[in-house]
Amino acid sequence: MADKTQLARQFIEAIPHSRALGMELTEIGEGRAVIVMPYDKKLIGDPETGVIHGGAVSALMDTCCGAAVMSHPSAPSSTATIDLRIDYMRAATPGQTIRTTATCHHITRNVAFVRAVATDDETETPVATANGAFTVELKS
Amino acid sequence: MSRPRPEPVQVVKQRRDAALAALVESVPYIGFLGITFERRGDELTSTLHFHDTLIGNPFLPAIHGGATAAFLEVTSVITLQWFHLWPQFESGELDVETMTAGQMPRLPKTIDFTVDYLRSGLPRDSYARATVNRSGRRYASVHVAAWQDHKDKLFAQATGHFLMPQERSSSS
Repeated sequence: MADKTQLARQFIEAIPHSRALGMELTEIGEGRAVIVMPYDKKLIGDPETGVIHGGAVSALMDTCCGAAVMSHPSAPSSTATIDLRIDYMRAATPGQTIRTTATCHHITRNVAFVRAVATDDETETPVATANGAFTVELKS
Repeated sequence: MSRPRPEPVQVVKQRRDAALAALVESVPYIGFLGITFERRGDELTSTLHFHDTLIGNPFLPAIHGGATAAFLEVTSVITLQWFHLWPQFESGELDVETMTAGQMPRLPKTIDFTVDYLRSGLPRDSYARATVNRSGRRYASVHVAAWQDHKDKLFAQATGHFLMPQERSSSS
């Protein structure tokens, strides 16, 4: 299991855009993935408050949802986002790492359905939630 | 009754370009992703200049869905703010000089954002235009479409809802 996490971790961190945003995969398996993204000034969306741009949170959600699909026991060989909706509940506190947990809660031969939650240090109230549908590419 | 003489073209252009530049440059994430804006009158078109760090699937290769989502969201927020501020800097109520000095009006906040991925983003420049379908005192609804080679072959589109910046004092 540790090997699988290590492999998935390398896979995620080899994605150029995820690496540019500083994402780090911390847990993976059985259709569930956890990815963290440390605070960085270059990700600021609101100059007055220093709050991270929603787009960076979207990228984190998208990567985490994709990782959750890939880790599903039915073992898709690849996946792509069909649609992703993000609800922004509150601003992430500047300076804090954002942690996203995604769950692939249903999968068919062609489509995977995923939910994700993002929090900062205050883990009780989510920063954002996401709902998405992803393609399922099976090994041929 | 005589109409006031129209402003010289250079004055108009300088004011509008300065307002747009101030708006775009105030957001670090826009520079990080490599997005620029072009203006024709009040119409805006954004460009996501392709760069290797935008890649999400190195095997195809294709642009990361998150980079696409961010591009669409940036285009939506800037376009919404642009139309929101337009009457203020055109009338002189908002001084472009103070805007460029870093005193930026507050940006709209994203409430929700739904991205529809139509085809994979190829490793080349992308373009987007946003339409403000409704902008009230508190809420706004924006649609945004992005393309690469052909404007009528979109590779992604999105709809978002935004909370407009509230006046600091609404007592009077």
